Amino acid sequence: MDNTLLAKKLEAKALEIRKDVITTCYRSDAAHLGGALSLCDVAVALYYHYLRYDPANYLAPDRDRLVLSKGHSGCLLYNIFADLGIYTFEDIYNGYNKVEGAFGQHPNRLYLPMFEASTGSLGHGLSIAFGMAMALRNDGSDSRVFCITGDGELDEGSNWEALMSAANYELSNLFLIVDRNKLQGCRPTEETVRLESLEAKLRAFNWDVVSFDGNNMEEIIGTFDSLPPRESQKRKKPLAMISNTIKGKGVDFMENNPLYHVAGLNADTYERAMACLNKTEVSR
Amino acid sequence: MSSPKTYDASSNKTGNARVTFPFKIMNIMEEDPNVWFVFSDAARPDNSTGMILARFPDRCIDVGIAEQNMIGTSAGLALAGKRVFCMAFGPFLSLRATDMIHTDLAYNKLPVCVIGTHGGLTSGGGPTHYTLMDSSIMASIPGMTMEVPADANQGLRAIDAFLKMDSPMYIRLARGQEPLVYEDDDYSFEVGKGIVVHEGTDVAIVADGIGVYNGLRACELLEQEGISARLVDMHTVSPIDADLICETAKKCRAVVTVEDHGIRGGLGSITAEVLMEAGISCKFKRLGAPSDTFASLGHPEDLYRYYGFDAAGIADTAKKLIKG
Repeated sequence: MDNTLLAKKLEAKALEIRKDVITTCYRSDAAHLGGALSLCDVAVALYYHYLRYDPANYLAPDRDRLVLSKGHSGCLLYNIFADLGIYTFEDIYNGYNKVEGAFGQHPNRLYLPMFEASTGSLGHGLSIAFGMAMALRNDGSDSRVFCITGDGELDEGSNWEALMSAANYELSNLFLIVDRNKLQGCRPTEETVRLESLEAKLRAFNWDVVSFDGNNMEEIIGTFDSLPPRESQKRKKPLAMISNTIKGKGVDFMENNPLYHVAGLNADTYERAMACLNKTEVSR
Repeated sequence: MSSPKTYDASSNKTGNARVTFPFKIMNIMEEDPNVWFVFSDAARPDNSTGMILARFPDRCIDVGIAEQNMIGTSAGLALAGKRVFCMAFGPFLSLRATDMIHTDLAYNKLPVCVIGTHGGLTSGGGPTHYTLMDSSIMASIPGMTMEVPADANQGLRAIDAFLKMDSPMYIRLARGQEPLVYEDDDYSFEVGKGIVVHEGTDVAIVADGIGVYNGLRACELLEQEGISARLVDMHTVSPIDADLICETAKKCRAVVTVEDHGIRGGLGSITAEVLMEAGISCKFKRLGAPSDTFASLGHPEDLYRYYGFDAAGIADTAKKLIKG
């Protein structure tokens, strides 16, 4: 498939998943919408094209791993897994945030083993991904380990412990994706704890770094197509991928709006959100 | 540096857990290529951790002085199918890395054995370096097994038990220079089951860690005065052996708990909870380090005396409890 076609296919899928996330929130309970919508395009590109991943055999030993350190975007992956046919959308609606339900605001791998790790508390995923990457490299596996963090999440010092260790052990099978939507729980990252220059910080920690527009499918494709080949043993550094995104991407009144970091939807906001996404579809 | 191919840890009767534990782990790594060891700036060329690193450089990770990362890394290894031992200074595990132990290990239910050294007042480093809340914290984490071995060799048996488990265990060591309670391994050891070390009927001492050794000496002092004391080695603080606690309290009607741990939340508190909920009333006293003030400086033996849980202090409390 040429890249223009691939981009169109993945864009269409990302739009569908955005609607699924909005529907889950409306039909079930409040969700962390902003970060799910910002991450959506990259997550779709990974699960529908770039991860070595078989939904029918999601624990295959040779799979690529994705550790969702920003566990509050669990709702996004819940819908991707449903779309991939691992369970149904009704399963999500029936179990989301319910007593004894399996689908929490943050994912639990004991209920949902397609998640590589139970996460939620921030600043945990990169250490976990580092350990996984060490084990896989030692096993002679060519599986890749991706870890997705938020940008506000990088306030947590534990990330920087893991960044140092991964560089120290020269792990080239480890990829950190920072969903750089520039807005954390309450305020912009640059007004909270200034993160810039993030690229320079990561380079100073001995990581390779690429930056790209994480809401532009062609740029996402260009970036992931340029990853070093699996068999490459020459590169001795882990790779940080700064995915520049817009929090709430795709729904105009949610974009860059801290009120939609976590929110519920009523009939009115649901209709408006869906109308906005449908308009995007028509304009394509 | 010598790196012996086989080393029978069980033959090591020095009682120094900080020596026997790494040797034990090395033997396990020798037998099972799926076992990893993660540590926090603990490998010196002349020490036992350094020896493991030299022998298995590909299955050791030194994260440096970064306990949170040590736990998360161990979780990642376990999620990739490995069985993991990790080891660090107790206070910085139980306090600094609690979130990682709770979330990465227990919530993910992973076979990681966390070994915390310098339990209780043993480090000599003052309140920043005392480990006085680990039992209470670990006992509050669902699915976490908390082991406080009475001596170094019993700790090795806890490791053997961990090898059969699919969930995390925390093993609390002291300085590693504690006297042995048990002369040999010829006794039944089971996670979640206390051990009656000394039989008696007038008063009961329920203890863990160094409290068992001090408690045993207290039994001897009491015996000289015609008082018969039952001593229970409650090496598993969580899950607690409630049946043995109840049986012991019914039999003796007076219970003293002893632990080198803050008295709030640890073995003593848990024992009290068990007795209250079972509706068993008895005379009761918790001994241990203070929880209302930061503990004093000093050598552990001096502090045990100062806080009244050396042998004489335990015996004294037991006598007062019976007579009071």
